[in-house]
Amino acid sequence: MGFEQVYDYEHGKRDWGSSGLPREGTATDEPSAGDLARRDVPTCGLDEDLGAVRERVRAAGWDTCIVVNDRNVVLGRLGRRAIRGDDDVTVEDAMREGPSTVRPSIGVQALVDRMRENDLTSYPVTTSDGRLVGLVLLEDAERRLG
Amino acid sequence: MPTPIDRAGVQRLREQGAQLVEVLPRPEYEQEHLPGAINIPLKELNREAAAQLDRSRPVIVYCNDYQ
Repeated sequence: MGFEQVYDYEHGKRDWGSSGLPREGTATDEPSAGDLARRDVPTCGLDEDLGAVRERVRAAGWDTCIVVNDRNVVLGRLGRRAIRGDDDVTVEDAMREGPSTVRPSIGVQALVDRMRENDLTSYPVTTSDGRLVGLVLLEDAERRLG
Repeated sequence: MPTPIDRAGVQRLREQGAQLVEVLPRPEYEQEHLPGAINIPLKELNREAAAQLDRSRPVIVYCNDYQ
């Protein structure tokens, strides 16, 4: 048809939605995990000492930390209990590996249902390729539902 | 043949003024689409429909996924 620059976004709408990027349309009226995710959740690396991480996390007003690699891919999580470990223990030894995550596109009602089913109060939100978007809290999701 | 492009490429080209075209049926487009995308369902993709696009700017087409 005479177009010189035509590109095919092969991964399409599904990939876009799972990455937490903005969308338009009637189905986007319901808030999603991506909308609610707290982007300021602290992160740390595998090799860091727990003492230093704990100090940083608490100074930021948090009691949990998401363990990521240099590409921001989620590797694990330090929960309330784990983060109270000995100062010289590494994050890698203290963390819980492979925490359950949700995609940014999951709607708030489905999110709350899943959290209640699994008796969880938060979920790391990740893109389809595992990169951290933020942490969504049950209290935030329930408040949004009203 | 269209050139394959990934998410980062879409974002880069959008900043450069690329036009986004969703080729899924109208109801799916209305439910959810990329910001600023227009809808030209595949079955309606002809010269007349394409006339609404600016030929001097890149065009990015997409559907749900690889299908």
